[in-house]
Amino acid sequence: MMYLMAFLVGGLICGIGQLILDYTRLTPGHMLVGFTVAGALLGGLGVYERFLKVAGAGALVPVSGFGASLVRGVLVESGRLGWIGLFTGVFEFTGLGLAAAVFFGFLIALIFNPRS
Amino acid sequence: MANKLDEEQRKKDAYQRLVARKKPKPRGFRNFVVAFIVGGLICVVGQVVLSIFIARGMSQDQAAAPTLAVMIFIGALATGLGIYDYLGEFAGAGAAVPITGFSNTIVAAAMDFKREGYVLGMGAKMFLIAGPVLVFGIITAIFVGAIHLLTS
Repeated sequence: MMYLMAFLVGGLICGIGQLILDYTRLTPGHMLVGFTVAGALLGGLGVYERFLKVAGAGALVPVSGFGASLVRGVLVESGRLGWIGLFTGVFEFTGLGLAAAVFFGFLIALIFNPRS
Repeated sequence: MANKLDEEQRKKDAYQRLVARKKPKPRGFRNFVVAFIVGGLICVVGQVVLSIFIARGMSQDQAAAPTLAVMIFIGALATGLGIYDYLGEFAGAGAAVPITGFSNTIVAAAMDFKREGYVLGMGAKMFLIAGPVLVFGIITAIFVGAIHLLTS
């Protein structure tokens, strides 16, 4: 059941992204920033948490889930540390992924070359 | 005189019809369906990873960060192998919106700019496309957190 929800919700988010690319003048960069910010705002309103419960990876894996993770870290850490937590919290749940992106990105770019 | 104008008008209309016929139609529906299916399938892979972490005793909240990291690794590897390029051409937003697409932009930029040197090429331009996502995501998150602190 969780797999079906992940497929449907994740698919829908990507489908909406495609409609934005096809029917507006926004570039992929703008679209991705928009999704991230939207995920962060919905995370701030507490909506994205419920969304994650229902759709699991369907809500987590799209880049909006990354935005929501940024906010979740900030809320958790600022609850614990106050104002300092606003800044440390940003990487609380996303730091692992970002460090992985830099580390693996670097290694893989060392090994492989672009196709064209 | 009137006839000549009529003829001009007819020619213009014929031309407009020709343009309308020849112009590539936006393949909105096809693109939407492909993005939906490919994006959905990537999320199913994510769900498999998430379920594995949960089965090993993590809560869904705890499993979120490692799941994102694994998906980022998968996206990076698929980019290195050249698979993600095809997927991106084929599926558009279906490949770009998942976090694997985020890692694809990082690895693709790192590979592309390797020839400009490791420090000023690869190091500097790795986040060429992923950077804005981080900048605006982080700024939004800090504002949201500040509003929470002020209102609670």
